[in-house]
Amino acid sequence: MTQNNFLTKALNDTVMTRRSFLKWSAAIGGTAALAGGVDYGLKAIEGAAAAGEEQTLTVGCYHNCGGRCILATKVKDGTLLRIVPDPTPVEEETPESPRAIPCLRGRAQIRRVYAPDRLKYPLKRVGKRGEGKFERISWEEALDTIASEMKRIKDTYGNEAFYFNYAWGVTWNGPDGSSIIQRMLSMFGGYVGYYGTYSEAAYGVAMPYITGGYVGNSADDIVNSKLVLLLGDNSLVTRAGGDNGGYWYMKAAEQGTKFIVVDPIMTETVAATQAEWIPINPGTDVALIAAMAYVMVKENLYDKEFMATHTAGFDENTLPEGAPRNSSYMAYIMGKGYDKVEKTPEWAAVITGIPAERIANLAREIASIKPCAIIQCWGPQRRAYGEQFVRAVPILAAMTGNFGIPGGNTGQLPGGGYCPMGGIPVPPNPVQVSIPCFMWPDFVTRGTDMTVEKDYIRGASTGWSATAGDTTTAQENKNLRLKSNMKFMWNHGGNCIINQHADVNYTRKVLEDDSKLEMIVTVEVGMTPSTMYSDIILPGTTGFEVDNIITGEGHGIKGNHAWAMYNHKVIEPMFEAKDDVWIAEQLADRLGFGEDFRDGHLTRDDWMKDMVAGAQSSLPDFPSLEEFKEKGIYKTKGGKPFVGFEAFRADPVANPLGTATGKIEIYSPVLANLKNEEIPPIPTYIPEWEGVSDPLREKYPLMMMTTHWVARSHSTFENVDILREAHPQCIWINTLDAEARGVKNGDMVKVYNDRGVVHIPAYVTNRIRPGTTNIPQGAHYTPNADGVDTRGCGNTLTNYRPTPMAKGFTAHTNLVQVEKL
Amino acid sequence: MAKQLAFYVDINKCSGCKACQIACKDRSNLPVGVRWRKVFQYEGGEWVDQNGQMIPSSVYTYSVSSACMHCKKPICMDVCPTSAISKRNDGIVLINADMCIGCRYCSWACPYGAPQFNEELNVMTKCDMCQDLVDKGERPACVESCPYRAMDFGPLDEIREKYGTFADPAPLPDPAITEPAVVYKPNKITKSSRSGDGRLMNLEEL
Repeated sequence: MTQNNFLTKALNDTVMTRRSFLKWSAAIGGTAALAGGVDYGLKAIEGAAAAGEEQTLTVGCYHNCGGRCILATKVKDGTLLRIVPDPTPVEEETPESPRAIPCLRGRAQIRRVYAPDRLKYPLKRVGKRGEGKFERISWEEALDTIASEMKRIKDTYGNEAFYFNYAWGVTWNGPDGSSIIQRMLSMFGGYVGYYGTYSEAAYGVAMPYITGGYVGNSADDIVNSKLVLLLGDNSLVTRAGGDNGGYWYMKAAEQGTKFIVVDPIMTETVAATQAEWIPINPGTDVALIAAMAYVMVKENLYDKEFMATHTAGFDENTLPEGAPRNSSYMAYIMGKGYDKVEKTPEWAAVITGIPAERIANLAREIASIKPCAIIQCWGPQRRAYGEQFVRAVPILAAMTGNFGIPGGNTGQLPGGGYCPMGGIPVPPNPVQVSIPCFMWPDFVTRGTDMTVEKDYIRGASTGWSATAGDTTTAQENKNLRLKSNMKFMWNHGGNCIINQHADVNYTRKVLEDDSKLEMIVTVEVGMTPSTMYSDIILPGTTGFEVDNIITGEGHGIKGNHAWAMYNHKVIEPMFEAKDDVWIAEQLADRLGFGEDFRDGHLTRDDWMKDMVAGAQSSLPDFPSLEEFKEKGIYKTKGGKPFVGFEAFRADPVANPLGTATGKIEIYSPVLANLKNEEIPPIPTYIPEWEGVSDPLREKYPLMMMTTHWVARSHSTFENVDILREAHPQCIWINTLDAEARGVKNGDMVKVYNDRGVVHIPAYVTNRIRPGTTNIPQGAHYTPNADGVDTRGCGNTLTNYRPTPMAKGFTAHTNLVQVEKL
Repeated sequence: MAKQLAFYVDINKCSGCKACQIACKDRSNLPVGVRWRKVFQYEGGEWVDQNGQMIPSSVYTYSVSSACMHCKKPICMDVCPTSAISKRNDGIVLINADMCIGCRYCSWACPYGAPQFNEELNVMTKCDMCQDLVDKGERPACVESCPYRAMDFGPLDEIREKYGTFADPAPLPDPAITEPAVVYKPNKITKSSRSGDGRLMNLEEL
């Protein structure tokens, strides 16, 4: 059965549009319980305004764009009326502390709450996995089933059969979210964790090997730049609202800062900052960087003193001890390295598609205009050899003298302010093995064969952090093994089971055999392709149905100030939806450790008081929980923009970086020891499989990327009708490639390779390089009877082949063919 | 007439994200298919062969956010057979749903595509400049929504004094037709309505 059939058959007993919902609400006076004993969430909240009175309450935008913008909602009689932006008065807005106005996604939140495909009650699978046959069950039955399966699987396979899957659909601080579930699983004896992310695996793992950590100038510093060079950064879409990168880039452009953007696509960021667009062949940035370095050396345009005192392995003089001759970056670019090829602009022009003269001029520009912010974003590292890109960009920042100065940058992503806040305590995980998050299908099919040396499994991890050195320190514990394949998966507000993971058709095969992975539990608010492949589906609450605390994110592209938001419960949970704390408590009770789990926290407020106490420990003026709830927003005072590695620049001996040599490690002795051609010690251009020069282009001539899309935060908001209407899913294809195939703007096309087929409308444009296409990621996989995806899920075509070092997703490295339908 | 309220959009600051359209639909609870505010994506230029390498030649794009212009000469009002369309003292052009027979003459006459048929209500509808908010001294939802502060609104004479008089970005029609109460700030690549240089890209807004 296709998903469409499923959605209409399994869930259609009450499909409500917001309009009918509102009419319904009015008709029953806002308090009645409807047939079947289901509470439809129409009761006014306790202590709320009297009937008929309109209230404005802060809620958060809590998805995985990294934005965390400030939202408020108008609510009346327990029904959401409309979204209003950051309620901070316009007059109080200052240049240092702009109002965090949400983007279009935040403005559409109400349609997500009242979406017709909201999950209404717990479901259990009754057909084959993935077939789409489910039956309504009670919460009692759902929780009893999960608890008994957890006990059975633990008894049979042990705790190393449990996995908490990578998921970021709900990214508030809590009390709800991943931590409360991880607390429960940890107390149950533990689970295999993951490390890294689907977003920035290569960045997270490789960056420490050149700069020792993740430090960029804060985004608000960009107004101090005269020139900005963006590599694969479309912050106007990915960080569209709030005081995120998009806001500050626009602010700088308005003040006259010149922008140059290297990107295969003329993105919204190119257009709105009125940047100069350098359309590059996907996956070739490292060749461009090598050629620019070559020009700067040839023309004596680089900061020789800085390179001599602050870097290791730029030239032969600064090579770390033990490195062989001619292994420096200088040797590589000047034709004395392993390949004996000079990295001239002419050499790079053939690879990148950028004229040699433009490459040379670009090198001259960034070397002469100061300060210049050189910024990389995460798109170019979600590629076959993403780690090389990550480590190459800081070289330009160093050579041009912009590393560690105001208006410059470190070649990394801009950082940002962060409001510290306590969270739900997760006890140490008794299971001492973790996997790269992208590799979970291997944990299902051959977990016990996964090794430290080949698969980079690691010691214990509870989540996101990718710590410097882990890849190599883990090598010291070569005997680490998993004792079981994966038998139980908890998927918490995530869509990486099917939709957001590579090669949907392969993943389907892995999951359809339920003798391997025996139990998948998903908590979600609406149907997704991942819930379709789950065994028990629990209906969760949206941010409008439960009290939580949200802070602006620390690692985002943001200004150097921060805030915390009180996310009010503004309506009762819809249908039978339950919050995460309740779900975790109920399971802890059934598993026999309810009291330890609660640890004296008998109400939601008890957890929230701890979180507030956490904030107060470093922010003395942080209000009490009651006052915070009343005000809704706490903003830090901010300050002047942050400059990354300023102290290191001033004195590299007193303030060394966290690398082996304490310097900007262009040659990494640690990576050299890996002796892996795909992880060389210096950032090297490695031609990609399914890249610009792969002979497979004879069969599949078009490169395909799967970038972020303005209408979604990954796959979140995909079900929101007005966002789908505003930005219809499509494949971007260049006018010349379209003409050669008889395709006009808006025509339906077939996109295919050996891994799958997608039917999708074409967006025929000159804003993408010839030879390159793009299917924005996140559309919900919707197969027809022939297995053809009819909605435009790019992962029907992507490759489950990780980056060499981080084992990260290579979402943008694909070859396809396009035909008119 | 006491005054004429007007919208202002800075094309320099518009990323084409449609937060304004979404905020409008959220505030006015509009169904799919009815878009009181549209954002047109306009594109021009081409790819050319330069010594064997394909390079972009004058490829450009910009976005134009557009709603009912609450025109000085509202052609929709002229053609309405039931006089369901009126203009308030402050210039806001309104459709009276009780008088509208849904004949769609106004939508055919309006060069901006502002009046749109709402099938659920069986009447013509269009941007009312958030008159309820404006009457309370607040700003329209679209103006308030822009993450990049590209929009403003106010009396036309004040808006013109602040931002100039340009009202003619392609792909919008010649402003001489209806004298729209709107000001756009062009960016360095904005074409005029008569240039015929580029093309409308996002067909969903037609």
